[in-house]
Amino acid sequence: MNQAKIQGIPSTVVIAMAFVSGFCIMTIEMLGARIMAPYFGGSQYVWGSLITIFMLALALGYLLGGRLSMRNPNPVTYAMFFIAAAVFALPIILFADVIMRPIFLTIEDPRYGSLFASIAMYFVPTCILGMISPYSVRLLVKSQEHSGHMAGQLYFVSTMGSAAGTLGTSFYFVLYFEVNQILWGSVAALISAGCIILLINYLLNSEASRSQAQNYG
Amino acid sequence: MDRKVRYLPSAKSLALLTCLVFSFSAVMQTAAETIHRERSIYRDITVVQNGNRRCLVFNVHRGDRNQTCVEMNDRDRLVFSYTRMSFAGLLLQPQPKTILVAGLGGGSIPMTLNNLFPEAEIDVVEIDQAVVNVAKEFFFFEENDNMKVTVSDARVFIKRAALRGRKYDYIVLDAFGGDYIPEHLLTREFLSEVRTIMAADGVLVANTFSTSRFYDHESVTYQHVFNEFFNFKLPSSGNRIIITQLSSLPPRGELVTRAQNAADRLKRYGVPLLEYPARLSTRIDWDMSRRVLTDQYSPANLLRDN
Repeated sequence: MNQAKIQGIPSTVVIAMAFVSGFCIMTIEMLGARIMAPYFGGSQYVWGSLITIFMLALALGYLLGGRLSMRNPNPVTYAMFFIAAAVFALPIILFADVIMRPIFLTIEDPRYGSLFASIAMYFVPTCILGMISPYSVRLLVKSQEHSGHMAGQLYFVSTMGSAAGTLGTSFYFVLYFEVNQILWGSVAALISAGCIILLINYLLNSEASRSQAQNYG
Repeated sequence: MDRKVRYLPSAKSLALLTCLVFSFSAVMQTAAETIHRERSIYRDITVVQNGNRRCLVFNVHRGDRNQTCVEMNDRDRLVFSYTRMSFAGLLLQPQPKTILVAGLGGGSIPMTLNNLFPEAEIDVVEIDQAVVNVAKEFFFFEENDNMKVTVSDARVFIKRAALRGRKYDYIVLDAFGGDYIPEHLLTREFLSEVRTIMAADGVLVANTFSTSRFYDHESVTYQHVFNEFFNFKLPSSGNRIIITQLSSLPPRGELVTRAQNAADRLKRYGVPLLEYPARLSTRIDWDMSRRVLTDQYSPANLLRDN
């Protein structure tokens, strides 16, 4: 596919999706401690492990997302980040006990137990979610002059999403839903985000090829 | 106090200031002296002495519910009603040989159990090393051959104890976090794990609060796991002690006989055991339609104030 043929998806969509990804990252993180408490307790170090792994995963995600954005940046890859993150978040819902039990049995010290459990459950989906931000910047930026402005806007919205996800989860969601129901909600949100991007991309491209066909026809 | 005065006098901060001044003067009136302050990663710990009474206070600003006290001139006497109430479990299991206490506090419960049953093996699990230090330094708590403290989360400790096939005759759950019992120590799954470490004739004694909406969820959860339990409340206390065992609960007559047998031994600790059998109730005084707390659904600390 030639890049010139691809219509960029509207920046409002990219920015809205940044909100979704920020929201989901923090929803998953806030529930992380709750999920690990039955095996590793409610001690301070469970949060320590969790936050460390989220930070490392995001860091790597930023790096990889930035790299990927250098080669043929396109909305399909962008949409795949959302869908892949959702898929890799599924083990947190489906296999949390299967993952944590052997770690609990092998590692006596709950600090390292919770650290390894965090790696096993959260590293991959969080890393993929981390790729979204730099990739979004690349999709948004049309010129060098406004790149800073775009990046600022994007981080503003995604961080607002994170704040909303944190507050919503810890204040309200846990009051009405089970942990897994909230996680299914995040998975659904991420998959919907991916599908919406794909749909918009498809509509824009078919419109573009129609108008091209008219021009040459 | 100087720094406080410099705040802008909005209605809110004035109210706060009034509260501060009021509580400060209340403390002054009783001439309590703070003899030690320690900040751990979990909470602020203050040791206060007022005449002969020395107290361990968590969360000073929220009132005095989470604390233990000792009378310096009568160290055996249990100062608080809920501490005394936790010995009502002896009516169900009069001779425990293995004991687990989750939550050390000032150590008065394990120390009393150690005095009563010097041969019994006592495990104490406490999440906060700072509490262990303070209990040892200021509340005469000592480990010995039969009484050991493990610094760990109670849930983790109990899960490991279950793996090792450990059984306890007497389990006291008295672990409190910042506001209340931590959420993961309130769930159906946790109580099922506790069940697996209970000896066939073992007893579980859980210290809880008798507060509004949360009371129902907690009761429903205990009921779900243990079918029935004694609900033990006293007018003098804001606490509700849940007492239960694996087999069906003994009839009141048996409780009275056991109380008569053990009352003398408990007198020096100030435990009025003879008054307890009449107070142990199996009457359901909670809303049974409330949701059971589970690892998936345990917004306990949000529900509490509703």
